[in-house]
Amino acid sequence: MITTFVQAQIIVSPNASITSIQAGIDQAAAGDTVVVYAGTYQENNIEITKPLVLMGIDRPVIDGNNEGTILVIRADSITVQGFEFRNTGRSYIRDYAAILIDQASDFIVKENHLYNVFFGIYLAETDRGKVQNNRIESYDRREASSGNGIHLWYVRNPEIIGNRVEGMRDGIYLEFAENARIHGNISSKNNRYGLHYMFSNGGTYYDNTFRENGAGVAVMYSEDVDMKNNLFEHNWGPSSYGLLLKDMRQSNIEGNRFYKNTVAIYSESSTNIQIKRNQIEQNGWAVNIKSSSARNYFTENNFIENSFDVRTDSPRNNNLFEGNYWSNYEGYDLDRNGTGDVPYRPVSLFSVIIEKQPESLILMRSMFIRLLDTAERIMPVLTPKTLYDEQPKMHRIQ
Amino acid sequence: MNSLLLHIAKNEWKSLLRGKWVVGYGLIFLLLTDSLLRFGGGGPEALLSLSNVMLLFIPLVGMIYGILYIYQSREFIELLLTQPIDRKVLFWGLFVGISTPLMLAFVIGSLLPLGWHGILIKGAAASAMVLGLGAVLTLIFVSLGFLFGLTFYDDRIKGFGFTIVVWLFLAILYDGLVLMLVFMFGHYPLERFVIAVSMLNPIDLARIMVMLEFDVSALMGYTGAVFNRFFGSNMGIIIASAMLTLWLAMPAWIGLRVFKKKDF
Repeated sequence: MITTFVQAQIIVSPNASITSIQAGIDQAAAGDTVVVYAGTYQENNIEITKPLVLMGIDRPVIDGNNEGTILVIRADSITVQGFEFRNTGRSYIRDYAAILIDQASDFIVKENHLYNVFFGIYLAETDRGKVQNNRIESYDRREASSGNGIHLWYVRNPEIIGNRVEGMRDGIYLEFAENARIHGNISSKNNRYGLHYMFSNGGTYYDNTFRENGAGVAVMYSEDVDMKNNLFEHNWGPSSYGLLLKDMRQSNIEGNRFYKNTVAIYSESSTNIQIKRNQIEQNGWAVNIKSSSARNYFTENNFIENSFDVRTDSPRNNNLFEGNYWSNYEGYDLDRNGTGDVPYRPVSLFSVIIEKQPESLILMRSMFIRLLDTAERIMPVLTPKTLYDEQPKMHRIQ
Repeated sequence: MNSLLLHIAKNEWKSLLRGKWVVGYGLIFLLLTDSLLRFGGGGPEALLSLSNVMLLFIPLVGMIYGILYIYQSREFIELLLTQPIDRKVLFWGLFVGISTPLMLAFVIGSLLPLGWHGILIKGAAASAMVLGLGAVLTLIFVSLGFLFGLTFYDDRIKGFGFTIVVWLFLAILYDGLVLMLVFMFGHYPLERFVIAVSMLNPIDLARIMVMLEFDVSALMGYTGAVFNRFFGSNMGIIIASAMLTLWLAMPAWIGLRVFKKKDF
């Protein structure tokens, strides 16, 4: 009677009687802990089909020998902690991963290091799992032959916390993920997106850092997504964006910092997005908003020293800019209420010219262009007449 | 020979300082830079504003100053020419004597406020670039002024008129022409052409270098591969500096030739 309640410990070590992780798992009963001591284990397609804890002591290495997936989790309530995974298989047909969690719930994957992997941690049809404090690094520079760091597919209530992902295709990828909570992660130098959000409603991500990714961060085809206090920086390139929004609805972008990106926020076909209290600083273009976007609300943001503030492709405007601080604003405040007395027009004539004829970028900051811009600001003809901030703040918003 | 050159230059410096004109010029930049930093938030934007002023006024002041000098010190130059002095030495002596105080007035005038506002340390590369470009532009345009002064030696109205027109053309109209060309030939791949054309104007060259320093993130967004290669690497800075050096040498060399052959 008593023994069924005591959790047994199975020891796996190169010097113990059990030298293979799979053998250790096979011998364990549900609820046991399998403790793996330091060493290198050449294994792949390890399968766990019962609830247990797989614990690495002094970070044992599981080397997949470039074949297949390394570890597959197929039961609920499994914890995997403290391992180093190396060398998964690579394939153009199958998504080999270091850790695959397949149709399981309540799992915890934490404090693992993953090097030279195709996909890192792969969640398929899971519920309530936690992926925490892992490091994933790979150095395949080709987009087609690299996989995603943390890949979520048909997942409910996942928590992705404090991971570092570097050099993958997408750092964190979500497709049909419901209610995801993603925070405290650092996703950098990935070939494509630092975070890629697809068809995933009701999620939130905050306090993350997305740095030097090939194409920045993309959030697409989703609604009710909260994006707060993240840092988007140094995403440079012809098709790189701090944050790309496409077909998004009813979401919040609040308190983020966008620093030195080619385009800080790019929006296409997105509606009812609140962009509030963000620091948008020293980017090439602060906002590139396509005319397919409507009813988006920009308020209380600081637009500081961006080369261009807003760019758009149509003379009409369906979005609202109100009460932002623009460092390029040259108006005055006679009644001293902190709000400028003349509206600010963030779309300069020059950005309209560039939209038509990109080569003219070489004339940036020339006297001639400045004269044109000033004339246009006084008498808007070519720039969108209705795109202006009627209450530009005189001072930075704290 | 060098001591003679230095002697002539020293003589110029003395008379310039006595004129106070150069000191005033330096003070203007001092006040301007200081107030830009004081009221502009003290960020990199101040350097940008300074470079805007620099790009517009240094060419004008340099050229006017160069031509004015030739006209005002006619008797002095002609007197020196009666002495057994090599004309080459005399030309360089005058040029160095005139251009260096003007250059130093700008550099010191802007350097001091940049120093006491701490920008020199925070943005060392950017400050060095703006100051260096201002210095080079001063040299280029003083020598252009010299050249116009020598070419229109007897017709001052023409000389001044020409100077103003050249400044207006290089500082403002040239970019309008470039923009017009871009729109006229918009259907052709124009990147190389546009870069080449901008390289022909020293003010544009300086502007492009400032732009490379400050607006890289915007420029990286341009889709053309040629632009990207040019702006994305040190190549842009190297090519632009080479062209600027050429601009430095050309007017001075032509001016020297005119000076050597001229029958005063």
